[in-house]
Amino acid sequence: MIWIVLIPLAAALVTAMLAPRLSPQSRVPERLAMLGAFVQAAIMFFIVFQFATVATFSAGPWVLAEPIPGITLAFHFEPLSLLFAVIASILWFATTLYASGYMRAHGETALPRFYCFLGISISATLALAFSANLFTMFVFYEILTLSTWPLVVHTEDETARRGGRTYLGVLIATSIGLFLPAIVWVYQLAGTVTFTPGGVLPAETSGVVVSLLLLLFVLGVGKSAVMPLHRWLPAAMVAPTPVSAFLHAVAVVKAGVFALAKIVVYIFGLNISSDVLAHWIIWLPAITVLLASLIAMREDNLKRRLAYSTISQLSYIVLAVLLFSPEGTLAAGLHITMHAFAKITLFFGAGAILIASHCTKVSELDGMGRQMPLVFVCFAIGSLSIVGLPPAGGLWSKWFLGQAIVASEYPGAWLLLGVILLSAILNSIYLLGIAVRAFIKPFSGAATIEAVPWSMQAAMLIATGMTVLLFLMPMPLHEWLVVLTLSIR
Amino acid sequence: MTDFVLQHFNYWVVIFLMMIGMYTVISRGHLLKKVIGLNIFQTSVFILYISIGYIEGGTVPIVAGQVVGNTGDVVYANPLPHVLILTAIVVGVSTTALALALIIRIRDAYGTLEENDILKLDQDSDG
Amino acid sequence: MSDETQLIVIILLPLVVAPVCYVVPSPRVAWLLTLATATGCFLIAVQLLLAVLDGGGFSYHLGGWAPPVGIEYRLDVFAAFVLLVLTAIFLVCQLYAGSLTRKSGIKEIPLAIAPTFFAATLLCISGLMGIVVTGDVFNLFVFLEIASLATYAMISLGRQRRALTAAFQYLVLGTIGATFFLIGVGLLYAETGTLNMQEMSTLMPELVDRRTTFTGMTFVIIGLALKLAIFPLHLWLPNAYTEAPSVVTALLAGTSTKVAFYALVRMTVSVFGLETIADTPLPLILLIVGALAVIVTSAQAILQVNIKRILAYSSVAQIGYMVIGVGLLTVEGLTAGFVHLFNHALTKTGLFMAVGIMLLNTVDAKLPSVAGLGRRMPWTSAAVVITAFSLVGIPGTAGFISKWALLDAAMAQEAYFIVGVIVIGSLLACIYLLRLLDVMYFRAPEKVSDHMPAETLTVPFPMITALWVLAIACLWFGMFTEHSLSVAKLAATTIMGVQ
Repeated sequence: MIWIVLIPLAAALVTAMLAPRLSPQSRVPERLAMLGAFVQAAIMFFIVFQFATVATFSAGPWVLAEPIPGITLAFHFEPLSLLFAVIASILWFATTLYASGYMRAHGETALPRFYCFLGISISATLALAFSANLFTMFVFYEILTLSTWPLVVHTEDETARRGGRTYLGVLIATSIGLFLPAIVWVYQLAGTVTFTPGGVLPAETSGVVVSLLLLLFVLGVGKSAVMPLHRWLPAAMVAPTPVSAFLHAVAVVKAGVFALAKIVVYIFGLNISSDVLAHWIIWLPAITVLLASLIAMREDNLKRRLAYSTISQLSYIVLAVLLFSPEGTLAAGLHITMHAFAKITLFFGAGAILIASHCTKVSELDGMGRQMPLVFVCFAIGSLSIVGLPPAGGLWSKWFLGQAIVASEYPGAWLLLGVILLSAILNSIYLLGIAVRAFIKPFSGAATIEAVPWSMQAAMLIATGMTVLLFLMPMPLHEWLVVLTLSIR
Repeated sequence: MTDFVLQHFNYWVVIFLMMIGMYTVISRGHLLKKVIGLNIFQTSVFILYISIGYIEGGTVPIVAGQVVGNTGDVVYANPLPHVLILTAIVVGVSTTALALALIIRIRDAYGTLEENDILKLDQDSDG
Repeated sequence: MSDETQLIVIILLPLVVAPVCYVVPSPRVAWLLTLATATGCFLIAVQLLLAVLDGGGFSYHLGGWAPPVGIEYRLDVFAAFVLLVLTAIFLVCQLYAGSLTRKSGIKEIPLAIAPTFFAATLLCISGLMGIVVTGDVFNLFVFLEIASLATYAMISLGRQRRALTAAFQYLVLGTIGATFFLIGVGLLYAETGTLNMQEMSTLMPELVDRRTTFTGMTFVIIGLALKLAIFPLHLWLPNAYTEAPSVVTALLAGTSTKVAFYALVRMTVSVFGLETIADTPLPLILLIVGALAVIVTSAQAILQVNIKRILAYSSVAQIGYMVIGVGLLTVEGLTAGFVHLFNHALTKTGLFMAVGIMLLNTVDAKLPSVAGLGRRMPWTSAAVVITAFSLVGIPGTAGFISKWALLDAAMAQEAYFIVGVIVIGSLLACIYLLRLLDVMYFRAPEKVSDHMPAETLTVPFPMITALWVLAIACLWFGMFTEHSLSVAKLAATTIMGVQ
């Protein structure tokens, strides 16, 4: 069943092979991608429903190779992985739908290359999701960085290349400089790097070592964008909007926080008793949450504002994970899901605004809501999810995060709770404010509004629909995650 | 003190030649002189080998008279270093020949054999 | 043919074919002869490795004269391993060189000189192989010089006149190095009375305290260090690799420094002995110069504009990694050094081959000249991507395996400074290699000059095939390491167990 990882790769390779023979107007690359995405999503659903009825499960590991004695390239299915994979599959489909409209409307070229690397990136994301050990995860983490780089510098102009350089620089530096040594260190300490419920670190590891290791991981997994290693995210905004949407909802950032979640749960283990640990490291994401929100408020460029919002939201997840409790992991899983759908809605909206009005700045968006009602309603619902208000699913993740913080009996818990609440208020100002001003303020009339391609609208509706659906029916997701927390307790 | 010097006379010669050779290679800018320095350097090594092969009171290492049998009381100088040096000399000659061939080609290409001028010509064509 | 005889045949084969190549008038026939010899040598090397893995090391006595009177050729796992690497790289390079004989004439080497060139290549590989199999220190010197002389001649065939000065500089430095080695051998002979490696190693422990022995050891090590281009004795390498024809650079990058590394390890660990070496400051010195090599030359590589020079400096850095592995002086350390020898040979030769193909289509070797070639030469560029990733150490490639092994060995010794050096070295490598990829793929080409062919690109079939053999090998040995990593480990345990 693990071959499901290869579907996007197959689509990518076929696109690559056909590319020289296609005319620039050809719709084959996007059709191929959409077909692949649809098949992928369908099969993922099937797999999930197969496992949904089983109380505890893991399937695998499927071992591909053993490059180093004792360290294999292996995959397995487990609740967190399947969750991430499902989200990725659904949103890949939505992204290809969106991209097919956006890329044409924006006049982008080199489409086969775009869809090819998009496919490779998805394959890498799925492979990362299903990794059975740290080594496999690292391999696909790097492949993900490298395969998303051409997507970031797609437009090939000087700003794109500069952004690409920051993107690549930060991610590769953190992964080779911090993540890899941490993995080798784990191997030295534990003799293995396989993800095991309950963790692999020996019980007698000193608190200092554990703290240092945790710090290396939190900073080394640069894709989780914990400050001060967050610079790559705003820099990657030079990419075409579908790429930004994809990177910031599905592939890259979620891969980062997902990796951290797996590392905390399956390498460190939730029972690791060390007082030094989370106590001070948890403040890194906490500060990031506030600081990123504050910066977002001052950003006028819409995409950059969304980027900083993403940085802030990702640190919610990191914070939840670093609580080292089953409730925290539950909250993290919930927020991964909610944020994915909400953020992609917001980015889809930003791209639609760009296409329709050629506006990139928030200050230009006053009153546009009446000209583009659908776009801004979707945007509003996405914002509601980020803030944590009904009728959007984000309410649940914030709720459970709050519960987890309170339940953790952590000395500074009240402060963390305050950070979350304050950030929610800031979110409403800088995100919800956009939608509100779009409807309430009069239209300046400076920009001419064109039509938004139907595929983009459809994609937006899918994403928004999922956000609302998750609000109305969070139970399947919640139960799924409870199963996870039972298996790792 | 003088005893020490005289007893190790051969080694002093070796060191002297070695230093002259190396100094020539390093300090002289003319490529031909570098090759000469290299040769002097190599010669010092030859002398090192041959001189350590000498055994006090030893004679020419050629067996006189019958080939088999007790060669008991005769002390021969060690022939092995001589053999090694013949090989090393051959190597040295080949290296010199190659170096001289290169020098001829360099002369044709650059018009000069002075290292500084060659460097300058290279830098000029770079910029 | 018994295993022992094969030991001598593998050396003799190229030696005998070389003069034949020299007198043959047709370049194509000369090339075919060389290719046939390369194939023969490779097959014998495989056979020898299998024999050693099966039955342990063995030796061959030249002329039937038993050591220490006669010259002995010895083969153990390490030697067989390096021999395999040598012959494999040689074979692939001969495949690559096939394009030299095309009538249209690849501009690298004048067609008239091609037979002589092939003769020189054969002599070179014969010398290199001789270094690996010999069990006699003076014999090592002789083969060292055979290989070096051939190398000097091959380097001087570069397109620009700077190749001549580069070859001359290498000649001077290389001869000094070899002569130092000779001095060392002389002094060691004076002390031990033998030239046979095996016997010398048994006699060494008692004689180690004597000043002559110590001086001899030092001279030997310095001489080999010059050949190995250990920082700071590496000044000849960037020029030599940059100015030589790509065919030559590709071959040298994968063979000559590897053989010098073999010689260094053989002399220090096998002949001088592990305990002897551990008492001296040598391991520490090796660690320091290795670390300096990695950091300083990687930084220098970033500043270069000439692509081949970037790769040349990178080679010095990679040699630094190998030397660090030896400096750690543990089984893990030596394993890491050996497996890096293997992986780097594949990677660097592949990179130089790819760059060679690209440079056939550019006006000069500077970085801006390859702008846009990523799209116009997709297969070559894809191979560049793979080998560049292997050089950086991206997981999934062979280079990652050696980086991991080094990190593992360093951490096991708690040499955290070395861990830092390795990590920084990889990051620096990222900079200069990703810069290359950036220019190749994402920069628009400068205006077409008169020298650059407008639409038609020269991508000779033999060259691209050879390149892709190595690129696939980089990927293969990144995943399936039973043959590289486990043999390296066996070589390390054997060499450290045998005093």
